Amino acid sequence: MKYNVNDKGFYGDFGGAYIPEMLYSNIDELNKNYLSIIEEDSFSKKFNYYLKKYVGRPTPLYYAKRLSEKYNSKIYLKREDLCHTGAHKINNTIGQILLAKELNKKKIIAETGAGQHGVATATVCALMGMKCVIYMGEVDIERQRPNVERMKILGAEIRPAISGSKTLKDATNEAMRHWINNPDDTHYIIGSVVGPHPYPDMVARFQSVISEEVLYQLDEVEDRNYPDYILACVGGGSNAAGIFYHYLDNKKVKLIGIEAGGMGIETKKSAATTTLGNKGILHGSKTLLMQDKNGQVTEPYSISAGLDYPGIGPLHAHLFDSKRGKYISVDDNDAMNAGLELSRLEGIIPAIETAHAFAVFDRLEIKNRVVVVNLSGRGDKDLETYIKWGKY
Amino acid sequence: MNRINKLFDKKDNILSIYFTAGYPSLNDTNYIIKTLDECGVDMIEVGMPFSDPIADGPVIQNSNNIAIENGISISLLFNQLSQIRTFTQIPITLMGYLNPIYQYGYDNFINKLITCGIDGVIIPDLPLSDYKKHFKSSFNKYNLSYISLVSPNTSEERIKEIDSISKGFIYVVSSSSITGKKSEFSKNQIEYFKKINKLNLSNPTIIGFGISDKKTFNSACKYSNGAIIGSSFINSISSVKLNESIIQFVSNIK
Ligand SMILES: Cc1ncc(COP(=O)(O)O)c(C=O)c1O
Repeated sequence: MKYNVNDKGFYGDFGGAYIPEMLYSNIDELNKNYLSIIEEDSFSKKFNYYLKKYVGRPTPLYYAKRLSEKYNSKIYLKREDLCHTGAHKINNTIGQILLAKELNKKKIIAETGAGQHGVATATVCALMGMKCVIYMGEVDIERQRPNVERMKILGAEIRPAISGSKTLKDATNEAMRHWINNPDDTHYIIGSVVGPHPYPDMVARFQSVISEEVLYQLDEVEDRNYPDYILACVGGGSNAAGIFYHYLDNKKVKLIGIEAGGMGIETKKSAATTTLGNKGILHGSKTLLMQDKNGQVTEPYSISAGLDYPGIGPLHAHLFDSKRGKYISVDDNDAMNAGLELSRLEGIIPAIETAHAFAVFDRLEIKNRVVVVNLSGRGDKDLETYIKWGKY
Repeated sequence: MNRINKLFDKKDNILSIYFTAGYPSLNDTNYIIKTLDECGVDMIEVGMPFSDPIADGPVIQNSNNIAIENGISISLLFNQLSQIRTFTQIPITLMGYLNPIYQYGYDNFINKLITCGIDGVIIPDLPLSDYKKHFKSSFNKYNLSYISLVSPNTSEERIKEIDSISKGFIYVVSSSSITGKKSEFSKNQIEYFKKINKLNLSNPTIIGFGISDKKTFNSACKYSNGAIIGSSFINSISSVKLNESIIQFVSNIK
């Protein structure tokens, strides 16, 4: 079984490029060039330079002693929350903006849910002196205020997406429409391993630096370079793809993706795509999708804006379908409690997206096992939600 | 030959109207088709609504949302269309995004096209490779038209490939834009229309996206076999005076 993308842009049955003709030339241009650009020495030199000097990589692999004691396990945290801008998202935006420059693009657009990808995009646009427009659902603008202001301070223009559920899905629609209207000078920096091929593969490659580091960091503290379990939250699935990447073919490693259960699977107010979804086509790729029997995409719900998406990346759909990965859902309540627990036990307030990944220790057989959790982002942007939640 | 081929054989300056099934009211579909036919419209595109129409502007997004709220679905649309050929012979294509068709089932969908007497389909996000794999042999066998879009950024080589696969007409997207963006044609657009004409394609062409009134319709007809009007029509129809608003709109164009 092959878990990575094939030469037609598919992961098993999933992936592809289901796009209107107006986007064909842009996607084709990317497809024909992305590998040769990324694999060029001069490109990886630049990429690594910015990751090291600007983002602050490598991020630590931290042994969480008190958390480990509580769960009778050996839990390591991959500290993506320490990246500049506070989440893994910037690994991808550095990569894509360097690629956009190689392709001679002058303007950048992006969608954002939690605002982390928007901030990471606005940041690299400021860094490279490029014009930046960010689409964000009106609902998300409300619940992620601090990030909205950060993007503005960085010089980005925020355009609210006011259609549909006014969240990440709709922001993505608007960004795609913008790209259709401005195909020549604009690059669209998609923020997760979603969208038409080659986006899922390209984003996964940029994020794969996470597991590249885990390989040697784990080797330094354990006497092997792989853990028994890897845990990561899954919205579109980019932080998970990044930390799974170099372990996809190592069957000794159990790959666990944690989805947002929202108010609970039964309530349908949820974003647990692998449980509630089935095969479908959205935003340019065939994947698992929450939809009604007529193929209309249903509006997801999660307390965390970054997981509030009705699909998942095609890589994850394939890992789920082939049973290589296991996907579990965690509802709002348990995620918030897990976030508070991590704060008290380790002194780390995680992003609410990330908190979901910390709520499943009881549901896995991790006793005395080596577990790596991707701490994808920090909770600064979520303070208002934590405060409203109370209970601390 | 199907109804589309026959139409293009005998006529130029073809006026095609797009509307969204299930809008303004759930069961308006047949009435709108009948009225458009009686007003002398040449061809009709019936939109199958989708929750996430990424190639569409606000007007068609809105009609899609209302139609879905009204309860339209592909299976209901086919029920509505089942008797269509008892009262009209106007060429009809269905236009919609792939996901609802995928859920309905490609074979079911093709069977219903045949039994209802639909002449062709436009599916903007269907890749050519998937068309070849899942649709082409039935389309050839039953003489259905597969209609593809080309845009200003479509390469000459690709336009020729699309032409070789299409049967009916080529849908020339007037500019790099989503539906509903209105403006007079620029010099660049006219160059692009001329370039397409010079390719001597085997299919006739129709220009669409941003055609909104008599003026833009007439200038589109100068460079192609006709034009499609969507957003502007949808904007102009009123649920309380459906009949009058349709007649009024068409008489303003023709
Ligand atoms: C901290 C953090 N983790 C995870 C995600 C979810 O995205 P992905 O599944 O692509 O990693 C987000 C998205 O905004 C985020 O901000």
